[in-house]
Amino acid sequence: MTGRIVRNRVEFEGVVTEELALVDGTDLASYADDAALTAIGKRTTRVDGPQRVTGQARYTQDIALPGMLHVRILRSPYPRARIRKVDASRALALPGVRGVLHRFNAPKAAFRGEDTIFREEVRFVGDEVAAIAADDEATAADALALLSVDYEVLPYVVDLEDAIRDDAPRLDEKGNVTEGGSYARGDAPRALKAAGDVVEATYRTATQLHNSLETHSAVAAWDGDDLTVWESTQHVFGVRQGLKVALGIPFARIRVICDYMGGGFGSKGGAGKYTIVAALFARQLGRPVRCVLTRHEENLAAGNRSATLQTVKIGARRGRITAIEHVSWSNSGQGKWVANPTGPTNGLYDIPNVRTRSWRVVTNTGALAAFRAPGYVEGTFALESAIDELAERIGVDPLALRLRHARRMTDPQTGKRYSLKRLVDCFEIGAREIGWDRRRAEGVRGSAPHRRRGFGVAGQYWGGGGGPPAYATVHLDPDGSVVVRAGTQDIGTGTRTILAQIAAEELGVAVDRVRVEIGDTSSPYGPISAGSLTVASVGPAIRLAAADARVQLLQAAAGLLEVRASELRLAGGNIVSAGARTPIGDVLSKIDNYTVIGRGSRHPNPEAFSLKTFGAQFAEVEVDTRTGDVFVQHIVAVHDIGRIVNPLTAASQVEGGVIQGLGFALTEERILDRPTGRVLNANLEGYKVPTIRDVPKITVRFIDVPDRRANNLGSKGLGEPPIIPTPAAIGNAVANAIGVRVRTTPITPARVLEALALR
Amino acid sequence: MAAVAERSKTVGPGPVDVSFEVNGDAVTVRVPPRHTLLDTLRGSLGLTGSKRVCDEGTCGACTVLVDGRAVYSCMTLAVACAGRAIETVEGLSSGGTLHPLQQAFIDHDAYQCGFCTPGQLMSLAGLLRANPDPDAEDVARAVTGNLCRCGAYPNIIAAGLAAARKRRP
Repeated sequence: MTGRIVRNRVEFEGVVTEELALVDGTDLASYADDAALTAIGKRTTRVDGPQRVTGQARYTQDIALPGMLHVRILRSPYPRARIRKVDASRALALPGVRGVLHRFNAPKAAFRGEDTIFREEVRFVGDEVAAIAADDEATAADALALLSVDYEVLPYVVDLEDAIRDDAPRLDEKGNVTEGGSYARGDAPRALKAAGDVVEATYRTATQLHNSLETHSAVAAWDGDDLTVWESTQHVFGVRQGLKVALGIPFARIRVICDYMGGGFGSKGGAGKYTIVAALFARQLGRPVRCVLTRHEENLAAGNRSATLQTVKIGARRGRITAIEHVSWSNSGQGKWVANPTGPTNGLYDIPNVRTRSWRVVTNTGALAAFRAPGYVEGTFALESAIDELAERIGVDPLALRLRHARRMTDPQTGKRYSLKRLVDCFEIGAREIGWDRRRAEGVRGSAPHRRRGFGVAGQYWGGGGGPPAYATVHLDPDGSVVVRAGTQDIGTGTRTILAQIAAEELGVAVDRVRVEIGDTSSPYGPISAGSLTVASVGPAIRLAAADARVQLLQAAAGLLEVRASELRLAGGNIVSAGARTPIGDVLSKIDNYTVIGRGSRHPNPEAFSLKTFGAQFAEVEVDTRTGDVFVQHIVAVHDIGRIVNPLTAASQVEGGVIQGLGFALTEERILDRPTGRVLNANLEGYKVPTIRDVPKITVRFIDVPDRRANNLGSKGLGEPPIIPTPAAIGNAVANAIGVRVRTTPITPARVLEALALR
Repeated sequence: MAAVAERSKTVGPGPVDVSFEVNGDAVTVRVPPRHTLLDTLRGSLGLTGSKRVCDEGTCGACTVLVDGRAVYSCMTLAVACAGRAIETVEGLSSGGTLHPLQQAFIDHDAYQCGFCTPGQLMSLAGLLRANPDPDAEDVARAVTGNLCRCGAYPNIIAAGLAAARKRRP
């Protein structure tokens, strides 16, 4: 096969970029809508289920190598300070301590635009000051207390709204506030002047912490000049890139492995400082080194979803939304980018006049990291709240108002037709499932006199079309067994299972005949497992690799069986000809140790279409007006993501997204002490992630219509969509229930009572 | 979660030998008195199924059975387990056959990343030991102390109930 270069537009987390990619051969047409598929679309339990339920699944935390040392990191107790001196002598004297690294002795290592891991000026509580390697973790932890550091505390600001004030300490040469993006169509200011009804409101969302159960972690081991790193990551190739840049060694010397990983939700996109520290210590000390963050460190220095301040001005005329202005400020902490909360406003609804702007605000807090639909969860909360406030003002049912703006089949930002858009169906199916006809504009009585019941709705839109580059190989061994190799990861979504289903479909074998090898940079390149792009990016490459293997197999079989290849096909693990069925293994075993290797690559997306995922969610809640408690009773989630490869794991994804969204809506909030800049709840006690007690009834529905224009599977991604509309739907239901709106997440009992008191 | 009752006895300060049963096998390990049962299982015994997530008794990922009752092994000192019977996720299946809970977790997709799964399984194993006929409320109560950040909760309840049904005569 010969490769050719293609230009491809890829949407990743709301940002569209054009890239060059190399593809092989020609793509296959998408399966027909009514194709009789045997593996794809079937409810399939996870192929790695037995490993996950027996404790055999090996996570980075579980890697133990002979002679392995353990690292703990000393972190700044101040939000901003200059490190004047580090005295490590007492720490080094502790038996079992093998090494200390800090700004005065660490080798140069490039990391995110800086040339060192240990900065002269630390910039948030939790910033890395020093690292200690010891024979065991307890000794390393003991030694941290023996390090003596001389800090010169500098002026700092940690709160978003403090940082945008004129008199705030200036943290960046360009100022604390820089533009993250802007967009306009039509003339929103003029249309708002002409609108009969205008609603203007300010919304705030709190900082959400990922709290992946497996903390960020890495194990590094050198064999001569070759480095192997095990890392809990969503992107083994991203970690490899980070190591190459930091250590200045070529790709060929670096292998990164992530077999199982305990959740990332966007925060594990590449090498971290802990990775580089492990590699530096391992090289310096000649022993394998493990660095696993503690829960507290995880919540200080491993990323977060930015807090936001958002203003929305929205106007209507003759029962339709005519214009919207949406401005957002996001607390990026020490992060160098900003998620875009105005993305949903730009594209979800067909509104003629739009003007949006997003600002990045620097503070002395930990850097943001992508968190499952970064920006879109926060932005959808503001947008969909404002639409409800407008609907109430003009006396229109909020669902009816949305439907007036949900039908257009062209993308308002690009003018291109959507490859598929079933947003109206999502709204209509969801309305039936929740019983929207029970909603009253003034709310209804709940299950007790002091409890009020309400209903809310919100729409969702996200990319999820995936794209190149993604490559895979499919190997047919002499006994007919199948191995899929791709450099992707299974971050808990069921990727291994889905890739096995796709290969099994193409090869006509049972899913349990397929072994999937992923999470290793020794495999063909795969993209980051994020942005809802894995199925849509890697899946089509797997299908092509399997198809290539099938062609090669049938050609070989044709020679052996003395028939024409065109008369052969694969079904039920057999090579089937007009009069005979021969097991694949029987044919292959006749050729001495021959392995068929099929290759596949992801082909570019169609130029003419806009690829999006759509969805709608509905919430039914009860609010206790005496305590302010919100009880979510039922969430209905309806999503339009093309063909569903595995209905079992897809439903799990939606439930999980809804539950994380519920946490964002009601309980999750990083609490910072403004005078000291310290996080007061960097743990799972004070930071409230949902427990099993918080989970309402969740109804999951899929449109499940293949998007045949999208790719050869007709499938799009599902990671992000289910979290995006949940907080907004809950917020709207609360407002419906109690007749007053809480414009700040999380919607805590205190905020509900405050809103009721000010009614 | 049950607490492991402390017997008043002074040990240490140096490493001490402690003997207990792990998944039916008698073991003796030499541990510093400050080592938790979790660190001893994972470090000294190489049983890494039990996970360290918070290390302070707030998440349940380290749950094991001690004398048949579910405990947070990160909040239990190894030396406090002398003479006790400890069961971990590694001991749940027998002779290559999955425990009904394990099979139910697979059938109902009661996990996503799988990191909380060993703890969820052991909490439910403790429940079934004490109450062979639990309802959904009992199942939920048994895993209230087991956080799942991926949100597999609805499937965990379904799996717990399915396993209980299967074990009933």
